Amino acid sequence: MGGAKKEVIVCRCEEITIDEIREWIDRGCDTINELKRILRVGMGPCQGRGCHDIILRELSRWLGTPIDQIEAGTVRPPVKPIKTGLLASEGGEPAWSGKTGQTS
Amino acid sequence: MEWKDRADVVIIGGGIVGIATAYYLARFGRHDVVVVEKGTVCSGSTGRCGAGIRAQWGTEMNCRLGIAALDIFENLDAELGMSVGLNQGGYLLIAYSDSEFENLKKGIALQNGLGIKSKTVTLSEAREICPALDASDATGFVYHARDGHADPFLTAFAYLEAAKRIGVSYHKRTECTGITVKGGRATGIDTSRGHIDADVVINCSGACSQIVAKFAGVDLPNWGERHEIMITEPVEAGVCPPMLMSFSGNYYIQQRPHGSIICGMSPAGHPQDFENKTTWQFITAMSRVLNRILPVTKEIRIVRHWAGLYDMTPDGSPIIGETDVKNFYHSTGYSGHGFMLSPIAGKVLAQQLTGNTPDIDLSVLDYRRFARGELIMEPHIT
Repeated sequence: MGGAKKEVIVCRCEEITIDEIREWIDRGCDTINELKRILRVGMGPCQGRGCHDIILRELSRWLGTPIDQIEAGTVRPPVKPIKTGLLASEGGEPAWSGKTGQTS
Repeated sequence: MEWKDRADVVIIGGGIVGIATAYYLARFGRHDVVVVEKGTVCSGSTGRCGAGIRAQWGTEMNCRLGIAALDIFENLDAELGMSVGLNQGGYLLIAYSDSEFENLKKGIALQNGLGIKSKTVTLSEAREICPALDASDATGFVYHARDGHADPFLTAFAYLEAAKRIGVSYHKRTECTGITVKGGRATGIDTSRGHIDADVVINCSGACSQIVAKFAGVDLPNWGERHEIMITEPVEAGVCPPMLMSFSGNYYIQQRPHGSIICGMSPAGHPQDFENKTTWQFITAMSRVLNRILPVTKEIRIVRHWAGLYDMTPDGSPIIGETDVKNFYHSTGYSGHGFMLSPIAGKVLAQQLTGNTPDIDLSVLDYRRFARGELIMEPHIT
């Protein structure tokens, strides 16, 4: 073999490698959510579409736990990235009062 | 992690307050500490918070805690051996009325007397601090350069890894279901995995702390209040170098070193529940505020939106110290500021419990102040 060890990127948005994921599984992170918190895997623009299932498989293999017994990562809205300018133009009376600019 | 049915100290709640307290207890010599957490590391309010750290407060106690916490945060990477993602771009507080500006200036007088170098800044100075800022309708600005934000996940994991190295045990998926009290003293806790005997029990359970306190027959006036936050895709640095915040404007906005912008506002109706649910109305209203304050954000995309609970008290100040039940302590009620105060709160409580002289006398934060009517009203909160 020889040569530099090849880095395997699992989360492309945040550039997280398989070795980093394995290191934190070893330290006790046995859920996708904990790996997200410490490594930011699945926190980028794709929101885990690219890496979620790979990490799930890795957790299953590393822990010796069937994949269906491993907690899936939390999926949060808005699911697909949306421009704030588009959201801001959404009509209707907001239940949330943005008081900015009032001089009361 | 190996289960033990007896510990010197047991801590209920494995968020940043519980983890930091465990770390300092072990560092000051009480190594036999067990932390029980019903979820996973950072699954509660710690991992959902806005991550701000500030010394600009309106009460002397919060100012003392805030500046002492900053002192710790500034050296935390070296102490814990891991980066906590500290970013000190300052807090720029924005007032939209003369009376609000006057109140902020009163805060500056208090803060300056306690060694906090906060100051008023002009609109043009504010725009030097935050070039993209549109605040032409603001009345005034105050700024403290050492304020900022850190990564709550990294901070919690850094404290936890350091704590584990010096003897602390951490049990996740372990819910506290009872507290054993014998002869007016706490002697242990019941959990979903079994009983643990302990010499000291500390309630660090955030928005659940009044439920946990009740296990020992102690009444706390705390309640959980649901707040929502959203985060954008990473964008180039410099869109929002400081933490922008306004009490009357009802917003806070910050940009993480990694590029994402995090922003939140206090909810209409201040919902009291334990559901971390989100609303479409929040992201539309928050987007309007964000675009108004930082017009360059219109083309930036939201990638994620979540909610978390503030652990509120009637005066917005924390509850720290022993209760009428001996050996049963609280470190709760941070009212939305538990992350930023956790290093100093954990350190001082640990000093008390290890016979050391506390850096700060926290006796005014005793929970019996509510029964006595001696509230410490914090004006610098939304």
